[in-house]
Amino acid sequence: MSRLKTTRTTLCTLALLLTGSALSGANAAGTLTIATVNNGDMIVMRQLSKEFEKAHPDIHLNWVTLEENVLRQRVTTDIAMKTGQFDVVTIGNYEVPIWAKQGWLTEIKPDAAYDVNDVLPAVRDSLTVDNKLYALPFYAESVMTYYRKDLFQKAGLTMPDAPTYDQIRQFADKITDKGNQVYGICLRGKPGWGENMAYVSSLANTFGAQWFDMSWKPTMTSDAWKATLNWYVSALKADGPPGATSNGFNENLALFASGHCGIWIDSTVAGGLLFDPKQSQVADKVGFAPAPKGPYGKGPTWLWAWSLAVPASSHQNADAQTFITWATSKDYVKLVAAQKGWVAAPPGTRASTYAAQEYLKAAPFASFVLNAIKTADPNGPTAQPRPYTGAQFVGIPEFQAIGTQVGQTVAATLSDQMTVDQALTSAQSSITRALRQSGRAR
Amino acid sequence: MALKTKTSTRIGVTILGWGIALWLFFPIFWMFLTSFKSEVQAISTPPKLFFMPTLSSYAEVFERASYWHFTFNTVIVSVGATAIAIALAVPAAYSMAFMPSKRTRGTLLWMLSTRMLPPVGVLVPIYLLARNTHLLDTCTGLAIVDMLTNLPIIVWMLYTFFREVPAPILEAGRMDGATRWQEMTMVLLPLALPGIASTALLSLILCWNEAFWSLNLTSSHAAPLTAFIASFSSPEGLFFGKLSAASTLAVAPILVFGWISQKQLVRGLTFGAVK
Repeated sequence: MSRLKTTRTTLCTLALLLTGSALSGANAAGTLTIATVNNGDMIVMRQLSKEFEKAHPDIHLNWVTLEENVLRQRVTTDIAMKTGQFDVVTIGNYEVPIWAKQGWLTEIKPDAAYDVNDVLPAVRDSLTVDNKLYALPFYAESVMTYYRKDLFQKAGLTMPDAPTYDQIRQFADKITDKGNQVYGICLRGKPGWGENMAYVSSLANTFGAQWFDMSWKPTMTSDAWKATLNWYVSALKADGPPGATSNGFNENLALFASGHCGIWIDSTVAGGLLFDPKQSQVADKVGFAPAPKGPYGKGPTWLWAWSLAVPASSHQNADAQTFITWATSKDYVKLVAAQKGWVAAPPGTRASTYAAQEYLKAAPFASFVLNAIKTADPNGPTAQPRPYTGAQFVGIPEFQAIGTQVGQTVAATLSDQMTVDQALTSAQSSITRALRQSGRAR
Repeated sequence: MALKTKTSTRIGVTILGWGIALWLFFPIFWMFLTSFKSEVQAISTPPKLFFMPTLSSYAEVFERASYWHFTFNTVIVSVGATAIAIALAVPAAYSMAFMPSKRTRGTLLWMLSTRMLPPVGVLVPIYLLARNTHLLDTCTGLAIVDMLTNLPIIVWMLYTFFREVPAPILEAGRMDGATRWQEMTMVLLPLALPGIASTALLSLILCWNEAFWSLNLTSSHAAPLTAFIASFSSPEGLFFGKLSAASTLAVAPILVFGWISQKQLVRGLTFGAVK
């Protein structure tokens, strides 16, 4: 009998606890739930947000940190189903135009003190749809070249001010020393639309290739795409690290930071990480240069802006806009500089950051980043007219699936499962099929 | 000669057993080791086995996230889901084991078939149900989903354990005037307790480690330890040290619990095996 009583008591306690938990699920008024990713700059924002709460005692901040792909999936589900779980979401300039057109985002109207004209035009434009701003940039990145000054010096090489891909290949050949695990070039090889295809798409633009022609017909079998993939595959096979198909941004960062890469072409955000002696064993040996140019030489270049937006499903629009205005303001940049040092200031968003001498002194790579972002034009022309925008991605909803599928095909060329020609033919038919299914192409 | 063969076989089996055990344990060992490395040491090539240990990853993990909040949610969800699942599964397994009908076998197979469906296939309907019943981001919602996910396997396990209990013992209870409820609670349950305990323990472990639904149905209030681990993965920046520290903290309680209760677990899993 006493056992029965114990069981009943346990079940009642559990029921009470579960009910309590159910009640706590509702968002209290004045509490903003912010969905974000686990990046260094985001972590700093979270730490400094106490200052925001001090200045706005009526607003309490509730943070949800998620892995990038999980964040996309969660936020998409939340917004599409109008659940209203998130009041502020961290998204990129790929999502902003697509979601804004769907009516999923609230227009942002910062006041005059925010000085929206101080935001770098390329970044601002990438978050604007029909002259309306739908997100504020927290930090932005483009692409640049990192190289080991000591290895170049040892090989008697000099990095030009504006390198070409032919030169990069020659340099990589000369500094590769596989016996000592020094690989001439490291590039993204891990399949994914935001991994290898971010780099390969950017490379394709400067080689004169593009994803689609004006009738949404894929152009993967063009000579320009063949030249792009031939360069990429032969460079990685000859001078790249083993198992390149496993290497994304983080893996290459780790390889370069531990002294295993001679040249690395990737996001400008790596500059701060490679320059930090706590994270990099080659902090005093890193050289910077602009992203190399291919045979075409022009074309849109990489631009990614991690931005803060307010979903249309949020019930606390005004408070959410107050927060994102604060987190992307000039004052916030100054707050980071005061508390964490100028080198930790969010890069790539505001002209005023690059006008601060303290920042230029603390971050020697700053001028390369500024130049890369200023010249990045995701809406710019490709070799032939194109029906889409975007540089390292195609600004259509289908691209996440298409990009990842083509990314797997491209990775297959690195692991000798396919030739370049086979990969491009396969990509051509899979993209054609995907676009026909979505109704974009006939 | 025979003795020699026996001894060498025993040594071989022992080495094989230890080899498999070490192979299985190695990822956990490496995670534990990495949690005491700095981020640069964590990614160094070749990997370092000997290094100056640091607690910096743990310090940062505790600074960035409320570990106890996530642990509390995990305990509530795991214990709650397990308790409800056992409460529902015991009568179900009892009736299937001792009062089988011609549809019992089909029902059991149908229940198990629900485990074969990838969870993402039912994500949208479950998400909508949770939204409409205001159970999104609540421990109750997650516990219900976890309970439903594990219920088929729990019913199956209990059904197997109950089948090992000789029916005449229950009949004897009935002869003494026991009702169905008394027969189940006062005769069957004490006899099958090791089996029930190991089933509950397995359910607890499955709920503790469940990640898909936790990541999709919770955000902040009810987020369990799986969400805590996922929050330390970074698309841009080194994170292996911190991720390892977070993972070690997340698995530590259930590992200790499993260690303490391993006798019961093994006894339960081999329940009736010698009959």
